Amino acid sequence: MSMSGARPLNPGRWLGVPMLLCIVATVVFSAPIRIWGLQLPEPVFAMVPAFAWALIRPSILAPFAILLLGLFLDIFWGGPTGLWGLALLVAYALVLILRNMMTGQSRPMLWIWFAGATAVAMTAGFLFTMLDSLAMPSLLAVFWQFLVTALLFPFAHRLLDRFEDADVRFR
Amino acid sequence: MPFREGPLGDLKVPLTWTAAVALIVAAVIAVAFLLADRRETLQEQAYGVTRQTVDVVAKPVSGAIAAPGRWTGLGFDYVRSYFFTASENRRLKAELAEMRQWRDRALDLQDQNQRFKSLMGLRTDPPIPMAAARVVADSRGPFANTRLADAGSERGIVVGNPVLNERGLIGRVVGVSRGASRVLLLTDIASRTPVMIDRTNARAILTGDGGPNPKLEYLRGVDPIQQGDRVVTSGDGGVVPRGLPVGAAVKGLDGRWRVVLFADQSSIDYIRVLLFKDFAQLADEKALQTRSLPPVTTEDPQTSILSAPKPPIPAATLPAATTTAPAPAQPRPAAPRPAAPAAATTPAPAGAPR
Repeated sequence: MSMSGARPLNPGRWLGVPMLLCIVATVVFSAPIRIWGLQLPEPVFAMVPAFAWALIRPSILAPFAILLLGLFLDIFWGGPTGLWGLALLVAYALVLILRNMMTGQSRPMLWIWFAGATAVAMTAGFLFTMLDSLAMPSLLAVFWQFLVTALLFPFAHRLLDRFEDADVRFR
Repeated sequence: MPFREGPLGDLKVPLTWTAAVALIVAAVIAVAFLLADRRETLQEQAYGVTRQTVDVVAKPVSGAIAAPGRWTGLGFDYVRSYFFTASENRRLKAELAEMRQWRDRALDLQDQNQRFKSLMGLRTDPPIPMAAARVVADSRGPFANTRLADAGSERGIVVGNPVLNERGLIGRVVGVSRGASRVLLLTDIASRTPVMIDRTNARAILTGDGGPNPKLEYLRGVDPIQQGDRVVTSGDGGVVPRGLPVGAAVKGLDGRWRVVLFADQSSIDYIRVLLFKDFAQLADEKALQTRSLPPVTTEDPQTSILSAPKPPIPAATLPAATTTAPAPAQPRPAAPRPAAPAAATTPAPAGAPR
């Protein structure tokens, strides 16, 4: 098959813009709003690109973009530096390894895969936090964050729809 | 010369492998960051320049984003107060009737307390200055529970200062920059706060785990705690002053004793940073380390042995004159020696003959 029709992806569009949107969404959801005793949820928006980038195509830049996003989360949220970078990279690596199984699957099935990748990232975060702080985080708090993050799949699907077929070499 | 026209232009590396290498390199960098992180020490040096810079940038951005949310919250409060005025009025009247009894009791105890203090000559703690601030961003995840407040080093805030809202303690400052400070909440997994049970004075360590109700660990004593007991800071260790309200004790689903924080009963929007310095911080370290100690007069062992009272001699061996004047019971003072007492305390120079 000729590669003449291949269109290399513009890193600014498939990496830069989602990164920026993740940062903006994280800052917006960190607003200290409390209405009738309820606070805003705190989903891990960076999970969306970590899942979609691995499915779109293997890339050299994507892991470093995920690392940057993770470092931003750690510093902005005040957590241990490197925790979210490592947890997101573990999930990214898993999706990258299994991408041949995931590509072309239906939307509900991909949602389940996304929830699985999110569970892997949360589990990695849980274990790394245990090692770093020598204490066990609340399982309920971990579950709530997993739940609200798993609901972000429509954004990951939108990103996949937009760029999955952009580079035909990796279909 | 462009790279593709060079001798390495035809070199083709499989993208999958290079992507895998990039992934491993990124993971190694992340591990290095995690190992180098010293967040758990909660020291001033551990809060690096990067974090300070991000806080300074995030403060105005988050402040602008939080403003509409704050207005919305105020609007909801206004609507709620409009619709629930009657029930709130009934509740406040009942609370006022109860509080009147407590006021009389408090005035009585205050009077009694002042009399005791004056009798004992107690030196009371000086009032602690405070800095008010507004929270502009917060994190509520399982691995980090912090708040960003819009007051920093320019208001005298330093790392370690305790932070309260109008109901109780919420945490302490772990990072300060110009115009912003990062507050580690009691619920954060790295948070450890010495507390005590108000009823029994039993000590415990309040340990956060990322959930809304931190745990009480290292509780000692027989039956030291009951459901609903008030938990306050113990002041042990000197980081937090004694007696700040923390919360009420509850038994968790996991069987552990936990604390429902008083601070959660209200919105943590406005906070007060106590510019508290414990005794160790207030003490003048230089004065404590000065070596100008007063001279110590030591007793010469030879003199004390010679001047020690002699053992009693059997009466049969004593002459008659000695029985009429018994030795006094008071110890005799050491006999003056030709050498000055200061000479005994002066250390001998190194190498001096002894």
